[in-house]
Amino acid sequence: MSFPKPPGTGTPPMPSRRLFVQGVAAGGVVAGLAATGLSPRAFAAAGPGLAGAPQVLSSHDVQLSIGESLANFTGRTRPAITVNGSLPAPILRWREGQTVNIRVANTLQGHPTSIHWHGLLLPANMDGVPGLSFNGIAPGEAYQYRFTLKQSGTYWYHSHSLFQEQAGLYGALIIDPLEPAPYHVDREHVILLSDWTDMDPGALFRRMKKLAEYDNYYKRTLPDFLRDVRKDGWAAATADRGMWGRMRMTPTDISDINAHTYTYLLNGTAPAGNWTGLFRSGEKVLLRFINGGSMTYFDVRIPGLKMTVVAADGQYIHPVSIDEFRIAPAETFDVIVEPSGQDAYTIFCQDMGRTGYAAGTLAVRHGLQAPIPARDPRPLLTMSDMGHDMGHASNGMAGHDMKGMEGGCGASMGHGAHGTDPKAPRHPASEQGNPLVDMQSMATEPKLDDPGIGLRDNGRNVLTYGAMRSLFDDPDGRDPGREVELHLTGHMEKFSWSFDGIPFASAEPLRLNYGERMRIVLVNDTMMQHPIHLHGVWSDLENADGEFHLRKHTIDMPPGTRRTYRVRADALGRWAYHCHLLYHMEAGMMREVRIEE
Amino acid sequence: MSRSPFIATSALSTALLLALSAPAWAQSHAGHASHATTPTPTDAPPADDGNVDHSQMDHSKMGHGSVDHAQMDHSTMDHGTTDHGEMDHSKMDHAAMGHGVPKAPAPTEPLEPIPVVTAADRLAAFPPIDHGAMEHAPEIHSMLLVNRLEHWDGQHGTGQAWEASGWVGGNIHRLWLRSEGERSDGRTGSADLEVMYGRSVSPWWDVLVGVKQDFRPADSRTWAAFGIQGLAPYKFETSATAYVGESGQFAATVEVEYELLLTNRLILQPLVEARFSAKDEPEYGNGSGLNKVEAGLRLRYEFSRRFAPYIGISHERLFGDTADYHEAAGERARDTRWVAGVRVWF
Repeated sequence: MSFPKPPGTGTPPMPSRRLFVQGVAAGGVVAGLAATGLSPRAFAAAGPGLAGAPQVLSSHDVQLSIGESLANFTGRTRPAITVNGSLPAPILRWREGQTVNIRVANTLQGHPTSIHWHGLLLPANMDGVPGLSFNGIAPGEAYQYRFTLKQSGTYWYHSHSLFQEQAGLYGALIIDPLEPAPYHVDREHVILLSDWTDMDPGALFRRMKKLAEYDNYYKRTLPDFLRDVRKDGWAAATADRGMWGRMRMTPTDISDINAHTYTYLLNGTAPAGNWTGLFRSGEKVLLRFINGGSMTYFDVRIPGLKMTVVAADGQYIHPVSIDEFRIAPAETFDVIVEPSGQDAYTIFCQDMGRTGYAAGTLAVRHGLQAPIPARDPRPLLTMSDMGHDMGHASNGMAGHDMKGMEGGCGASMGHGAHGTDPKAPRHPASEQGNPLVDMQSMATEPKLDDPGIGLRDNGRNVLTYGAMRSLFDDPDGRDPGREVELHLTGHMEKFSWSFDGIPFASAEPLRLNYGERMRIVLVNDTMMQHPIHLHGVWSDLENADGEFHLRKHTIDMPPGTRRTYRVRADALGRWAYHCHLLYHMEAGMMREVRIEE
Repeated sequence: MSRSPFIATSALSTALLLALSAPAWAQSHAGHASHATTPTPTDAPPADDGNVDHSQMDHSKMGHGSVDHAQMDHSTMDHGTTDHGEMDHSKMDHAAMGHGVPKAPAPTEPLEPIPVVTAADRLAAFPPIDHGAMEHAPEIHSMLLVNRLEHWDGQHGTGQAWEASGWVGGNIHRLWLRSEGERSDGRTGSADLEVMYGRSVSPWWDVLVGVKQDFRPADSRTWAAFGIQGLAPYKFETSATAYVGESGQFAATVEVEYELLLTNRLILQPLVEARFSAKDEPEYGNGSGLNKVEAGLRLRYEFSRRFAPYIGISHERLFGDTADYHEAAGERARDTRWVAGVRVWF
């Protein structure tokens, strides 16, 4: 297996060793261990629009059985957690306004389980978070979910019990609208992206706690340093290394877990399996992208096709035409493409760290494949990315190099408010002197128009939050009555993650008053990117002027950003609020939000 | 499966349809509640953040009185020469001026009414939850790093050496185990084990308190140990420990390690370790002051993160009385050794 060299000079050699990017062709669930009474391999084609996708269940009365199955995506047969024997779980397809009954049975040996309906507005006891919504589903037992669908769009569902989501418990959830959609399409495909590991996910978590940099085989080396000295001079190269050295960090820390551990899947299929969605030339095809990855940001493009994004997190937006988008874990984007002139197009989904990819094909018939593009050069984090770009204008976010910024930051970071700089965040007292906070931002901005790390100036038109705008006005209309600011914090080396330096285990709930309209301000004080998901209610992202901009259920927070969103507390109960990087959540980046009368 | 809305038989192009239907549809989506409750934009007071405390303004220092209008010479102002005709308003960017149309104040009542809570809602919102219903990832973790497990070949003999450290605990509180030792010509020359409680006091530093037990050269010599360890700026792995022995001896060890990446798997590890004693102890072969410095350079290849064989060179030198005592015992004060070993962790 070999990969073409990525474009651009000065790129470190691409990974070749130990990287099983493509997976196996005939991967998937190979056997059901639990007696589900269903076909162990439920990958039957389900109608013309959804060939090759998992089974579609569209009854309002659904039986789901969670069990252990054997799966093989890499050449090794490993245990997976599946729904009705299927990975991904069956596609649930309902209609807005319907009341659905879902009986979820747990056939796992000795492990409780749960299903959370990501992004759905429902009573708290139907939300599926053990310990907040209900007691979980004990082995051998079942839970009856019942709720009325108050919305439409592309969503997904997954386990909210420990690491079961990583083991395969995730599926697409589509709700057809009562009113016709504001667009016309001829067919559609669900594109569910995810990350698979042969490791036991719990063992992977323990590995992260021992050596969080385990997968970072891209650290800058002595030869890289000598190359930079030749290119930029001794002073600049040493200043650059000095800055990172004082912070004890590395600019190649793009993702905690990458293709050294993961095989990336598209609809439960490794790249070698070439998942194929069919089209007829000239048709308008709706692609419902869902990122069900536990720890992976995907950068998605379909070479040769423009994509028109028409919905984000299930909610319609003003259509925006783009070449590429970054999708954070738990986000969904609906895009329309009009393939014609080619028989096959590659859906190319490289991970943000450029270590691997998920891929599939849109084709006029099965068996076709278009070229798979080279992965882009691996990006390096800049001081601007880190929120340390003090006093630099950042219009356009061209990715400032920190070269020449000797001494501006580093060992002296961490003293809260910086006088007059309007971008300087005020850090909560709980961060000060906190051994679990290894970094604080010194200059943050919403960066809504920034395509993000590794996507700037790549010659393609990349989707941003700024470019997406809800198709409707603020449904609530009120100005936020108050503001709660929370900082995303962590310690890379300890693999400890938190809000305001306080991990979930020792954090008090964030209390909202029923009916209030309030604003959440998030400041990212880490060098990682975090998708933040609030259960139960919408997160209405504000634009840079503090106005209603984009309704979402998951707000992506790149490093160095401060983003604000409005919350209408119209759902009584106890709700989970967390980073949707699964291992960050389990390492403490979670809070309970309690909406009370 | 119901997909009928998507196969609408409209002949319009998507673009046209989007253009035509977007506003109407947006209204239908967002406004279904607002048909019932018209917004009342008038009664929203301007937001007062309450931060401006006028009582503390000292008007006397503002110096309004110092403006001497009498000295203004309006006659020299030539109002007539301003040619308004030359102003080209067409190039003004009104949008950029920010004064656009004043926005209607936001309503104080939600456009979409907040549902009235029923008893059933309350029951559904706060169901009884068993303690421990939420499973948590383990908070106690552990790691054992055998940093050096090697054979050495010196100018004056051969032998084996090890250095290992391990921890068990959470993010802040950990139990540390450290052990170091050396065998020479089939005999264990030194061996110790430290058991310490460590607490993170800052993102990069832990303080440690515990005991060290020497097994060699002297049997059962016990020390109280106090130390710090962590990652110094520029990523120097550093530890410094002070030891107080039963006999009132005071000793200290400082160790600094670095990792220089030749590639991401081929790693050069320089290391310096120095040992000091406060009291002269001929019976243990220790003089006062600097006893020993060891400097090593090890080149490892990480076949995996957990398993890396290495080769290297290590130089050690005894100083002062310590050197004299050892030379008197027939040993050498300096040695340069080739080493080969493995670095593993679990």
